[in-house]
Amino acid sequence: MSASGPAVGGREQRVLEIIETARSKRARFRDEQITLAHGAGGKATQTLIEGLLVPAFATGESAVLPAMADAGAVEIGGTRLAMTSDSFVVKPLRFPGGSIGELAVNGTVNDLAVSGSRAIALTVSMILEEGLDAAVLRAEVQAIADAARAAGVEIVGGDTKVVERGAADGMYLCTTGIGAVDARSRVATNAIVPGDQVLVSGPIGEHGTAIMLARNQFELDADIESDTCSLWPAVDALLGAAGPRLHCMRDATRGGVASVLNELARASGVAVTVREADVPVSPIVAAAAELLGIDPMYVANEGRLVAFVAPEAAEQALAALRAVPGSEGAAAIGEVRADPPGMVMVATAFGGRRVMDQLVGDPLPRIC
Amino acid sequence: MRFVDEFRDARLGQAVAGEILAAVDPDRHYKLMEVCGGHTHSIYKYGIDDVLPGNVELVHGPGCPVCVIPMGRVDDGIAVARQEGVIFTCFGDMMRVPGSRYTLLDAKAQGADVRMVYSPLDALRIARENPGRQVVFFAIGFETTAPSTALTLKRARAEGIENLSCICNHVTIVPPLRALLESPDLRLDGFIGPGHVCTVVGARPFGFIPADYARPVVISGFEPLDVLQSILMLLHQLREGRCEVENQYARVVPHEGNLRALQVMSEVFELRPHFEWRGLGFISQSGLRLSDAYRDFDAEERFAVPGVRVADPKACQCGEVLKGVIKPWECKVFGTACTPEHAIGTCMVSPEGACAAYYNFGRYAREREAV
Repeated sequence: MSASGPAVGGREQRVLEIIETARSKRARFRDEQITLAHGAGGKATQTLIEGLLVPAFATGESAVLPAMADAGAVEIGGTRLAMTSDSFVVKPLRFPGGSIGELAVNGTVNDLAVSGSRAIALTVSMILEEGLDAAVLRAEVQAIADAARAAGVEIVGGDTKVVERGAADGMYLCTTGIGAVDARSRVATNAIVPGDQVLVSGPIGEHGTAIMLARNQFELDADIESDTCSLWPAVDALLGAAGPRLHCMRDATRGGVASVLNELARASGVAVTVREADVPVSPIVAAAAELLGIDPMYVANEGRLVAFVAPEAAEQALAALRAVPGSEGAAAIGEVRADPPGMVMVATAFGGRRVMDQLVGDPLPRIC
Repeated sequence: MRFVDEFRDARLGQAVAGEILAAVDPDRHYKLMEVCGGHTHSIYKYGIDDVLPGNVELVHGPGCPVCVIPMGRVDDGIAVARQEGVIFTCFGDMMRVPGSRYTLLDAKAQGADVRMVYSPLDALRIARENPGRQVVFFAIGFETTAPSTALTLKRARAEGIENLSCICNHVTIVPPLRALLESPDLRLDGFIGPGHVCTVVGARPFGFIPADYARPVVISGFEPLDVLQSILMLLHQLREGRCEVENQYARVVPHEGNLRALQVMSEVFELRPHFEWRGLGFISQSGLRLSDAYRDFDAEERFAVPGVRVADPKACQCGEVLKGVIKPWECKVFGTACTPEHAIGTCMVSPEGACAAYYNFGRYAREREAV
């Protein structure tokens, strides 16, 4: 309640307080079963993580897990290392601009990169469905090798399991990545402060749109490719330009830019205002989203990051980002404010304002 | 995007907003209802509320076809979906609407073969590809989507496809509007008419609103400039003491509607004696079922359907909220028994419903009013 707000009657005030109390309670996982919504990156996923996983795994003395970054940092013999794991269940296995193997390497490298770490080594485990065409497997193994080479990371181990026909959809990949925390990095999910500028590293929504069209459900054809790529060059450039004034980064995968902004606004207890007109969206993505009634802000990316930079370093950081091949379309899309904490607001291109809420469900399952 | 961006021009929007400001009587409060959920969506998406004067209030109407489906109908759908060999198809947003215990999304997680489709023609394709399975389409929507269901069934008949059937929940827009208007405590000054529905039914069916209830109607498009212009046209009618049906969306809506679509509908559907609406109760002649000629496609005949009515909780006051009689927070169950996570009434089911919007964003909307 802002002090300048109009007078609110007693009953309305009481109702608002009830809502406020309910919201501030720790999420509790009370669902009877897992639905696809739990994997969508929105409210149900948050309930699963905050209500079941974190309480079960977090130990009293450790603050690593409750920070809920894409990668956790551990110190071994004076060296700070970042660790992450990821799994990939995308359908179809191959899509314009990439495939599950390439996605697995880049996705893992990127989770480390946005935690301020350069990937050193990965392990890759494969769950294969009985009957999978060997040519498909060969192609994905090659894709993994090529992507690892391009990202400068070594595959040091893995595992293979085969399950009965019908128990998996072709192949699933699980990765673990380890990286060295860059000495220039001070990024943290709770380090965002009012005044920070919000940058994105290029046009958004391309991966999700490419997958959507590759499924051929809509009888729509468009020339659009997944944006999957290693984000380390972009992160390297940002760290070089802004150093400690780079406060936070996140790759905008499942749930898109909107979900990342919501998570981080909550984690840092700040508000984010997005200038809708400044968000880069390619005409093809905009047109596909328009036809399907989807907001590109919620569509997945696999090679785009969102960065929070102190205002005095923002211009430099943006210029450095734009000099990185693949990030020429980077843009400043908004800024951080103090109020209302945990909320993402949009200044619409039409001159209005709205709340950009967390996703409730997923219009498009299994995108990564 | 051509023919889209032109209708989202912020500069033109400011100009229309200026005209709206000039058209309002500062001493009067205006309550205008946008009937269609599509308009509600545009109003949120573009922040149209923000460019309106504080004394012009938009009330969200009953035109969200997903959230008006009562719990008993969802339960019927789930019962059919669970039957051996059935592929159950529906629009994506229908999957999250609560029945008495479960949603269709829950039923899917429990093993039912529930698939999201974007058109009833997708259901027909699935039926064609799975001749050994029964494919059921859970049809919802106003006159906007009813013709596509009708055409799909006609095509199925022409192709001789017998494993497709339909649970028909199609509804018509006029009866619930009349029910709202009949209410003695109605506090609405005018209606933003449902443009998409009117592409099918035309402008004529809305003549009763000015004629019988002395309220103006402007049939509106869905882009932000369309909505603003429609509001301006309503305010002009009110200021000039006129009361008629005007068509802002003339680039798409013919006065007579789409006669071929109406013809197809009349072949395939007939009126039900009455149909239940979540939050509004039973409204006579407001729902459609398959006509005798198409009865063999009726899933309610083909499968054992419980058909058990699940009453809305007594405390739910969606009807009053829809009529603009009470604010969401004045409802007895708002924020306690009825929340977006566990919605009871239609206004909380859809994220754009009046109650869900107030629950999620109400505090911030009020800050805006103070500016």
